[in-house]
Amino acid sequence: MKILVCISHVPDTTSKINFTDGDTKFDTNGVQFVINPNDEFGLTRAMWFKEKQGASVDVVNVGGPETEPTLRKALAIGADTAIRVNTEATDGFAVAKQLANVVKNGGYDLVIAGRESIDYNGGMVPGMLAGLTSANFVNNCISLEVDGTSAKAVREIDGGKETVSTTLPLVIGGQKGLVEESDLRIPNMRGIMMARKKPLNVVEPVDASAETASVKFEKPAPKGAVTLVDADNVGELVNLLHNEAKVI
Amino acid sequence: MSVLVYTESEQGKFKKVAFEVASYAKAVADQMGTTVTAVTINADDTSALGNYGVDKVLKVNDASLDKFNANAYASIIKQATEKEDAKVVIVSSSADSKYLAPLLAVDLNAGFASNVVEAPSSTSPFTVKRTAFTNKAFNMTTINSDVKLVAVSKNAFGLKENTASAAAEDFSASIPEIKVQVDAVDKVTGQVTIADAEVVVSGGRGLKGPENWGMIEELADVLGAATACSKPVSDLGWRPHSEHVGQTGKPVASNLYIAVGISGAIQHLAGINASKVKVVINTDPEAPFFKAADYGIVGDAFEVVPKLIEKLKEFKAQQ
Ligand SMILES: Cc1cc2nc3c(=O)[nH]c(=O)nc-3n(C[C@H](O)[C@H](O)[C@H](O)COP(=O)(O)OP(=O)(O)OC[C@H]3O[C@@H](n4cnc5c(N)ncnc54)[C@H](O)[C@@H]3O)c2cc1C
Repeated sequence: MKILVCISHVPDTTSKINFTDGDTKFDTNGVQFVINPNDEFGLTRAMWFKEKQGASVDVVNVGGPETEPTLRKALAIGADTAIRVNTEATDGFAVAKQLANVVKNGGYDLVIAGRESIDYNGGMVPGMLAGLTSANFVNNCISLEVDGTSAKAVREIDGGKETVSTTLPLVIGGQKGLVEESDLRIPNMRGIMMARKKPLNVVEPVDASAETASVKFEKPAPKGAVTLVDADNVGELVNLLHNEAKVI
Repeated sequence: MSVLVYTESEQGKFKKVAFEVASYAKAVADQMGTTVTAVTINADDTSALGNYGVDKVLKVNDASLDKFNANAYASIIKQATEKEDAKVVIVSSSADSKYLAPLLAVDLNAGFASNVVEAPSSTSPFTVKRTAFTNKAFNMTTINSDVKLVAVSKNAFGLKENTASAAAEDFSASIPEIKVQVDAVDKVTGQVTIADAEVVVSGGRGLKGPENWGMIEELADVLGAATACSKPVSDLGWRPHSEHVGQTGKPVASNLYIAVGISGAIQHLAGINASKVKVVINTDPEAPFFKAADYGIVGDAFEVVPKLIEKLKEFKAQQ
């Protein structure tokens, strides 16, 4: 089985979110970038397929040279080859078109993406990629088994879960549950050394237009101070929630 | 040229988000000087959509669509879009709509903006405000394609009552071959889900262990709320993963979010920030949650929560 894992390069979850250039650009100053958490669950599941069932695992990112350390980390975790499509990720549709080209050229059976990236939270790349490559698609995937060309997956739905069966080629939008938090791997020294020798292929982008454009960022209005209620006067909280906040 | 909206139902009845997206579609249609057409799949009575400004309803009823299928549903919405020659298509942020929307965007070659929280600030260029960085910021986005697809965040726009005719007609769409088969649906019934809840009661590591969740459930019960938890609580197996909320868990956009024994780490707050009113109960006055909350009690959850339950019961009895 040939697996492709899509890796988004995102600010660490603790990052301060600021903007520059008249609030048009994300301020990367002092920001640490990591593998998007949803993608890391997917990559770890891909490693499981590789080790338990036999599979090759490639990772791909659409982005500039600054994303290469993130791809190297994925190689250190155990991916075989990395691909970087050398273009700025402008919108979800444009990224999906670039990825679709990689998928077509690579003949992948299974593409594992994250349900959303934690920076733009678009939640659209996996589904668009499936649409563009005419692959089957399961979103919010929390469990995946593959047997030959058949796949069984569980997806999270509002208030529960759904078990589905489908066939390869398949794209999933993955998340926690694909593997557990405790299954995530921290690259060891050997992995890091080996990653340096693994191929990281830079490919040039195809012509793909973005259908949306970011105009400007805004930060939420600063919050007013908290109203504290005395622990001995809990009734006051009920009163405030009813009469002031009007939420009960 | 009408604005098309997909109004979701479950077992024939509209979900609440259906009325919210209908309200949103009406606001867009007013700005563009046009009407609203809704498409429904296996909904029974569609007249209620008129109360939120829907002029016309295209009803699709087919037993083969009883189970959700993203490709089939996307295909039907696409056919409705083409029939109406709609240039703007609106969907919700439910799990099902988030699943079908990117497929629909490809089918329609439409630019897609998700997590949209306000009516467009302009319809030419078509500009919407969406959340980014998991609620830590907003992004103004223009959609430049001919057909535009918008997914509206839950509980952001709200319900806006209106009077329109919601004239229903049967719509026979062609249904593509189903390639992802649903084998089983495992859904808790009779319990409020985090996605639908107006109130969410959430517990953190400060509750010490799973045996102490009785009072959280009781508090949720009094409020008709859903229960949720912080990430370590689900990682420790005290509560199911489906209750994990935050940046890497489920987002919460309820009217009221009550956090008990949760410190308020940045990843937690990011996921619940879209909630309108936040309450924290924590022994530590320095806990970061107090900076994010609207109301707070510095105190021991094991004393405060039972008192709160009692006071809420008294309050409910008076209502
Ligand atoms: C990549 C990444 C992603 C993450 N994503 C998420 C996420 O999506 N969601 C999430 O929740 N976390 C997430 N986290 C974890 C987050 O950083 C925090 O560790 C976590 O939210 C803390 O959970 P907590 O508040 O329950 O526990 P703690 O931080 O241990 O806080 C417990 C609180 O309970 C209080 N307390 C103790 N006893 C009592 C008592 N008797 N009565 C009242 N209060 C009491 C304490 O004062 C303390 O403030 C993520 C972390 C990382 C690194």
